Amino acid sequence: MKRKNQTSHTNRYILIGLAVLCALMMVLSSVSDKVGGPFKAVANVTVIPLQQGINQIGGWLGDLKDNFSTLQQLKKENDSLQAQVDALTTENNYLQEEQYEYERLQELYQLDQNYAEYEKTAAHVIGKDSGNWFSTFTIDKGSADGIAVDMNVLAGSGLAGIVTEVGPTWAKVRSIIDDSSNVSGMVLSTSDTCMVSGDLSLMSNGQISFDQMENNDNVVAVGDQIVTSYISDKYLQGILIGSISEVNVDSNNLTRSGYIIPAVDFKNIQEVLVITTTKAELTGENVTE
Amino acid sequence: MKAIKIRRIAVTAVIILAAYLLQCSVFPALEIGGIKPNLMLIVTASFGFMRGPREGMVVGIFSGLLIDIQSGDMIGFYSLIYLVAGYLNGLFEQIYFDEDIKLPLFLIAASDLLYGLCIYVFTFLLRSDFHFLYYLNRIIVPEAIYTIVITLGVYPLLLFINHKLEAEEKRSASKFV
Repeated sequence: MKRKNQTSHTNRYILIGLAVLCALMMVLSSVSDKVGGPFKAVANVTVIPLQQGINQIGGWLGDLKDNFSTLQQLKKENDSLQAQVDALTTENNYLQEEQYEYERLQELYQLDQNYAEYEKTAAHVIGKDSGNWFSTFTIDKGSADGIAVDMNVLAGSGLAGIVTEVGPTWAKVRSIIDDSSNVSGMVLSTSDTCMVSGDLSLMSNGQISFDQMENNDNVVAVGDQIVTSYISDKYLQGILIGSISEVNVDSNNLTRSGYIIPAVDFKNIQEVLVITTTKAELTGENVTE
Repeated sequence: MKAIKIRRIAVTAVIILAAYLLQCSVFPALEIGGIKPNLMLIVTASFGFMRGPREGMVVGIFSGLLIDIQSGDMIGFYSLIYLVAGYLNGLFEQIYFDEDIKLPLFLIAASDLLYGLCIYVFTFLLRSDFHFLYYLNRIIVPEAIYTIVITLGVYPLLLFINHKLEAEEKRSASKFV
């Protein structure tokens, strides 16, 4: 009996010791990023290669299935057309934005400002968040490929998320539908800014919400496109977020809020494009000029 | 004797790693209504009540660490939750019998509910998000139910592996004597 008591005591001590260790790591890792270093290195040699492998097997099986299907030709065509649509949407967006910008600036000071086309690199999604509460995913490129924290991530023609953590050969991306995500957006046609935030309760409907849009004379209707705004210090300007599905005037009569259908299909993200310029770099360069 | 021990450690490590990989890369495809089961918790809880608090804690902390590295904002949060889950399940080792599947099911369901509650309190309530009932209905309870369903398939497998290892340990122990 005594011995049994003793082991249960040591167990309790082990529990307390490990719990304290965990708490310590939590505190340290919220203070500095260096704590994660060794763990990231471990993950780099254990989990990431396996995930990449599984991803490849999955892709191979998917290919195999596609080969058997009689709709293969159609699918290919559809894919290429989809890619074309994506490209055209982005281009159209870009052009439209430029046009609005041009008109506005011409009216003002005839200033001339150009947004260089951002350089991008493609990556595969190799893992998703293990729980049901958050929406993050892991991509197969990391600091070795020039990925850094705060880089914007696109999927198709729209904004998918932002890089929040980088390992040597992988990076963690927080998608814009995540409950803790906030993006500064603006309506493409009127340049009214708003805050676009992910919401767990809307995630299942595939929507995100926006609020704090000024309630002025500008008409904002369902279907209007929302892009990232010029205010944000992390997101580059002019990336498509989605289109408005509902807009209401708040009870204070000063602001408007509503819902957005994202341009990205978050259920089936497989490949993403990472923009290798961060907003900080871009604005930093502008300042020095 | 030592080889047996190393073998157990290796098998456990492989199980944790496999569970994590399945959780991250295969289970998203099995989502029903945006909910996926929590395989890591099944493994942690099973090791807890099959092998006692100490092994439960070790399996828990390593599973949690894996999750921490790739998701979550700080390292140690999930480790702590899984650590406690492993320990609490380990306390039930004494009243656990192999043949009885009711206790494991109950323990895993309770663990998952508690786990959901913890996540809500620490990551949502502290951000002053008070829609508890919504999250309970939408995520916590469905996840627990889905996890139980998966347990029916996974638990016998874990039990089988444990039996094999235990039988081998016994054999080598008797040889030693």
